[in-house]
Amino acid sequence: MHVLLAILSGILFAAGVWLILRRSLARLVLGLILLSQAANLVIFTSGGLHRAAPPIVGENATALEAPYADPLPQALILTAIVISFGLFAFFLVLIKRAHQETGTDDIDAMSEVET
Amino acid sequence: MEMLLPIVLTLLAAALSPLLRHISGRWGGWIASVLPAGLFVFFLSQLPTVQAGGERTFSVTWIPSLGISLAFRLDGLSLLFALLIAGVGTLVVIYAGGYLGGHPHRGRFYAFLFLFMSSMLGVVLADNLFLLFVFWELTSVASFLLIGFSHEKEEARRSALQALLITGLGGLAMMAGFILIAIAGGTSEVSELLSRGDLLRSHELYLPALLLLLLGAFTKSAQAPFHFWLPGAMAAPAPVSAYLHSATMVKAGVYLLARLNPALGGTDEWHYLLTLAGGATMVIGALLAGPQTDLKRLLGYSTVSALGMLVMLIGLSTDLAAKAALVFLVVHSLYKAALFMVAGTIDHETGTRDVRQLHGLMRVMPFTAIAAVLAALSMTGFPPLLGFIGKELMYEAKMQAPSASLFLLIAGVLANAVNIAVAILSGMRPFIGRGKHHPAQAHEGTLTLWLGPLILGLSGLLLGLFPDLIGIPLIEPAVRSVRAEHVDVDLALWHGINPVLLLSILTIVVGVVLYLLRHRARDASARLRVPELLLPGGVYRRMIAALPAFSGRLVGVIHNGNLRSYLFTIITVFLILAARTFVDLADWPVLSRLGDVEFYSVGLVVLMIAATLMVVASRTRLAAVAALGVLGFGIAALYVIYSAPDLAITQILVETLTVVIFLFVIRHLPRFGERSPRPTQFRDGVIAVLSGTMVALFSLKASGVQMDSAISSYFAENSVPAAYGRNVVNVILVDFRALDTLGEATVLAVAAIGVYAMIKLRKHHGRRAG
Repeated sequence: MHVLLAILSGILFAAGVWLILRRSLARLVLGLILLSQAANLVIFTSGGLHRAAPPIVGENATALEAPYADPLPQALILTAIVISFGLFAFFLVLIKRAHQETGTDDIDAMSEVET
Repeated sequence: MEMLLPIVLTLLAAALSPLLRHISGRWGGWIASVLPAGLFVFFLSQLPTVQAGGERTFSVTWIPSLGISLAFRLDGLSLLFALLIAGVGTLVVIYAGGYLGGHPHRGRFYAFLFLFMSSMLGVVLADNLFLLFVFWELTSVASFLLIGFSHEKEEARRSALQALLITGLGGLAMMAGFILIAIAGGTSEVSELLSRGDLLRSHELYLPALLLLLLGAFTKSAQAPFHFWLPGAMAAPAPVSAYLHSATMVKAGVYLLARLNPALGGTDEWHYLLTLAGGATMVIGALLAGPQTDLKRLLGYSTVSALGMLVMLIGLSTDLAAKAALVFLVVHSLYKAALFMVAGTIDHETGTRDVRQLHGLMRVMPFTAIAAVLAALSMTGFPPLLGFIGKELMYEAKMQAPSASLFLLIAGVLANAVNIAVAILSGMRPFIGRGKHHPAQAHEGTLTLWLGPLILGLSGLLLGLFPDLIGIPLIEPAVRSVRAEHVDVDLALWHGINPVLLLSILTIVVGVVLYLLRHRARDASARLRVPELLLPGGVYRRMIAALPAFSGRLVGVIHNGNLRSYLFTIITVFLILAARTFVDLADWPVLSRLGDVEFYSVGLVVLMIAATLMVVASRTRLAAVAALGVLGFGIAALYVIYSAPDLAITQILVETLTVVIFLFVIRHLPRFGERSPRPTQFRDGVIAVLSGTMVALFSLKASGVQMDSAISSYFAENSVPAAYGRNVVNVILVDFRALDTLGEATVLAVAAIGVYAMIKLRKHHGRRAG
């Protein structure tokens, strides 16, 4: 499964890089989203894959019993998901505003517009 | 503790100096001179200790982790310099009182002057390389402020910047040299290094360290080809030229070389580099002085020449040369400071510094004339002045030089002869002859203006007649510091008739002849004019002029305002570095793990890959966003399968919101279309595929690394007992790392405010526009 997820991360990353190198601002955002998904996935995969072993302590236990999914990468990814959501929300509204002001979503054309 | 006091007191005086502007100019000078005079007496009181071979030290730890301490040490060499700094400083401060008169910024001037005095004392008293460096750079800063004192003049500003850039860059090179020396010697304490000479000289870092250090010393002491800043610094007021640019600061380079001689000196590299640079500077300074007609520039170039002599003497690395260097150092400080002050007085009283216009000042300025003639005689090396002893010692040292002694002698005679002509021209000729019409009605300056030069001139005479006054108490301990062993110093005027005396006479004769032929020499040099661009000063000016254009072009290339070219650069560099790192990483994991793949996972991954391609390829905005949603939910499903319920919940929430916001925004945007030309698309494609491959490989490699996280197990064990929470991921976020989560929440709040502001702003804008 590692191999499969590695391939998926690779494809996500390649697609992300392709999109952030485009001239359309909206596609730039799509690319950034894909990149962050890819990064999360890489962290998740390298933390180890465990099925049916969530990091939740059982009713009668005082500590996690092995095998358990590593809680640390999960905490990291959770933070990353939330932060990138804030970023994208801001960025998307910014694009909308920029488009309203400049009448284009082309990065190159935008740099020539006087605002 | 008493070693720190002079530096701290002077610094304090600098801070208080601005108050002096409330006091009449002349009295301001007298009041301010109390401090350096007191310091002079203090340093004199240290003479017996130092003469007996003792030294005073003071040290407090500063940066113990780097082995750097605030260490000060007073030995023979330091004491000689400290006495010059305080002694000449006293006279210069008195002189400045008269020279500046009621100048509105005289308080500021004294502040700069005391700042300089404090840092210069720091340079000669510091016993740690890095402490020395700090003071060294402070002298450059003070020199910059003083040269640019008349900041309303463009020439002053330009010269100040030139001096700062050249000595500052040299200082940085010296700093690098210091670091290398500290590495090689294992300490940055100067007194420690002095005893580790053999270790340093045989170390592989010796040559680079020496070269860097020499850059610092040579720029500071105006050695060719960095000499041109010193004549430029003549834009400074006369007291500054007399103090910094003849007697003290320009000798800091000489001090450094003399100081480190026991640690670094004595090698072939040392010998050849120093004698070559010093000898060349000596001759170049003399040649450039010849055609000058401005009194201060004349003296400035002859100072360059004298500094060359000093560096050359240190390079000779013999006992005799060290003795000659230190005596000549004192001689030169005395007469050159006096002549600069005289030049300032003449400028002040007659309104001109052009030697061709100055005549017959003896009658109107008798005291100044006596001072000038005494100083000039010392400069020519005429008996019975101290300059004579200095010159005799110098010739003797050159005759006994280990190599190239004939060449050194010829160069020495030539340079000295030109300096004699300069001495006659600047120190004697303005005073002889009949009175002539000057731009201003000349009259004798006030006491403050002639006292300093007169004392300096008379000391040249007094010390010439009674050389033992400085020979044993002062020069001997200083030579001991330079040679790291006891050397007898027995100064005398009369050595009998010997080759050295004949050379002295020859030099004076040639000098007088040169003086008489000066008009022809000036014409000849005018015809022989070297293109300005080939001179170091011209090269410097061209470089300074080309700098803005160069940096403009550089910024244009690097910071071109094109987002994609930034991204492209970042990704390419990442690829190269990552590819390099791959080689060193862990082994590939065993691929047998591919075995535990279920059909639903495979189906999920295939679906997500299809969604990704859809995001990339879709021309319809809606389809792209829908595909993005599919992808996001797919990843949430993966989180569910592989035991990350919290991630799955968050991912589903966030993905839903993202898609909603996207839909809200995207209907306003134009359709997606490819706008880049084909070659660019191809390039981007290659970069994208390479990055994707790299990430996939990286992910695989990472899976092979067996992570044994002590942090994870800590969380796993302490979640319930310490934080009373059973969901470990939750506990990490809201308890163990709660502060991070608070930061994260803040980021979200800021983003939300930003979004709100952008939407609000639009409405207002629209209303006003409508």
